[in-house]
Amino acid sequence: MTAADQLMIAPIVLPAITASATLLMRRRLRTARAVSLGGCVAMLAAAIGLFAMAQDGSIRGYALGAWPAPFGIVLMLDRLATTMLLLTEVLASVVLAHAAVTGADRRGWHFHALFHFQLMGLNGAFLTGDLFNLFVFFEVMLIASYGLMLHGQGASRLRAGLAYVVVNIVGSALFLIALGLLYGLTGTLNMADLAVRVAALGPAEQGLLRVAGLLLMTVFALKAAVAPLHLWLPRTYAATMPVIAALFAIMTKVGVYAMIRTVPLIFGAGAGAAAWVPGPYLLPAAILGAVLGFVGVLAARGLREQAAFAVLASTGTLLMPVSLWREATLAAALYYLVQAVLAGAALFLIVDATMRRRGSYADAIVPSPRFVGQDAAGLLYLAGGLAAVGLPPLAGFVGKVLILDVSYAVAGWPSIWTTILGTTLLGVIGFARSGSTLFWKAAPSGTAAVEGPRRSLADFVAPIVLLALLAWLTLAAGWVTAQTRAAAAQIMAPDRYVAAILGAGR
Amino acid sequence: MSLELLVASAIAVLVAAGLYLALRGRTFQLVLGLTLVSYAVNLFLFATGRLVVERPPLWAKGVTDHADPLPQALVLTAIVISFAMTALTVILSLRGFLEIGSDQVDGLAEPGEGA
Repeated sequence: MTAADQLMIAPIVLPAITASATLLMRRRLRTARAVSLGGCVAMLAAAIGLFAMAQDGSIRGYALGAWPAPFGIVLMLDRLATTMLLLTEVLASVVLAHAAVTGADRRGWHFHALFHFQLMGLNGAFLTGDLFNLFVFFEVMLIASYGLMLHGQGASRLRAGLAYVVVNIVGSALFLIALGLLYGLTGTLNMADLAVRVAALGPAEQGLLRVAGLLLMTVFALKAAVAPLHLWLPRTYAATMPVIAALFAIMTKVGVYAMIRTVPLIFGAGAGAAAWVPGPYLLPAAILGAVLGFVGVLAARGLREQAAFAVLASTGTLLMPVSLWREATLAAALYYLVQAVLAGAALFLIVDATMRRRGSYADAIVPSPRFVGQDAAGLLYLAGGLAAVGLPPLAGFVGKVLILDVSYAVAGWPSIWTTILGTTLLGVIGFARSGSTLFWKAAPSGTAAVEGPRRSLADFVAPIVLLALLAWLTLAAGWVTAQTRAAAAQIMAPDRYVAAILGAGR
Repeated sequence: MSLELLVASAIAVLVAAGLYLALRGRTFQLVLGLTLVSYAVNLFLFATGRLVVERPPLWAKGVTDHADPLPQALVLTAIVISFAMTALTVILSLRGFLEIGSDQVDGLAEPGEGA
């Protein structure tokens, strides 16, 4: 193992160190901010390094403590993992900068520590090659998210917070049952080892295997807020601070990532009764999710609620190509995933910048008197809406076109086409309605002028950076789609993972 | 066989009782329900290593048959996490009760005598 290989553990170790360090700086917010931002930049550098390492197309394993593969815990580095890492680190840096600029980190204790523990959970979930470790990193991520979600406190946040925590605890219990079933059947929880052993199971065990697979997918669907299991999301995201919701934009996609990671590898064509286990259920759920999400965008009464429904809608749209489980559709889905995370976060940050200027009107979609910075906020909101709905020139459009293009080769294409085109129209109407209410309609006469504090324009920077990234994703679509295609090709060849992970340890 | 049946029905009863309580409207019952569910899950994880008696989980001189040590390690992790989670829900419920003045799960005001 060379020094370069040691870089693999950096995305997990760095946030752990940064989080512990910021814990010690409880009363020195400026120092904590500097350390926290420094940690984020270091992580970003590590992610770029890992991304470059994965360009050679090889799959790397990292045996913790040098215990050989199926026995010890193993990290797994491939194109999919490095893409997700890079996306997380970019998002985290922008969101953290925004939190520091707006002073959101001052509204409660331990913001930076929680933020970095959350990143540690996210990075770990993307890197791990072991199902039980995936559970542990999910928990790290969730525990930090409980703290972040309640950051700033308030009654409505507490109310939504309890529901969020309880839903996730039940989800974790299901996760453990699924893991227990898989372990009881195969005697391993290493993903690559599972791939081998699941394929070798006898006919007597197929029923249990299918149950285990479906339970696992249910848990991932719950974390991803897939349609019938989505009810926790709008309430939670609408109650928390927008800057934290912006970071949470990637949390639902972790559930989708976990599906993309486990299904082709463990529940692929050779898995008997559990082959492509979410098969017939995922597409209808995804369609339902996209429709419900965009209907929610249309019906929302507050900007945060609307952005939350937009996140829901993007997960639904994303899962449509995922549910087809082909190389081309996965490639399109990955492109859509990257832009959907950035678009969701951008929307939440724009909502934050708007809310901060509207005083007591906050994020309610009602006409208000003119407020300072209304035109700039309106323009940004327009761009955020374009990004979330998927209209040109931002990357959502390219993502949707890619999905339409690849799904045309599949038998069920009319349902996907109808849903995507129909929901896009719904989304356009929704954002147009709320945008014109907020920024164009004059308040009824007699209402007092907004007495928001005068803000500098600094809090417009972070959303603009995210929007610029989305524009870049459009311009560089050729390179990005080549990347996602390579990642999808890797995912759909599970034998190479088995060889790389189990072969290395022997 | 009887041991398996006993453990399986214990897990089933725990899950059923836990889910029933977790679906109730007040936070105290909810916390109890979640605790019962997590006990059931821990028992289940423990049982995935197969139920055997009088076998050490670690290497011992002269012993050829071992109990599977891995589920025991998994259960330990799961216990720690679920314990922390229970503590968090208790604190959250308390804070909710103190701030909202109601122990209803959805945080609504007291709906009279019912629930």
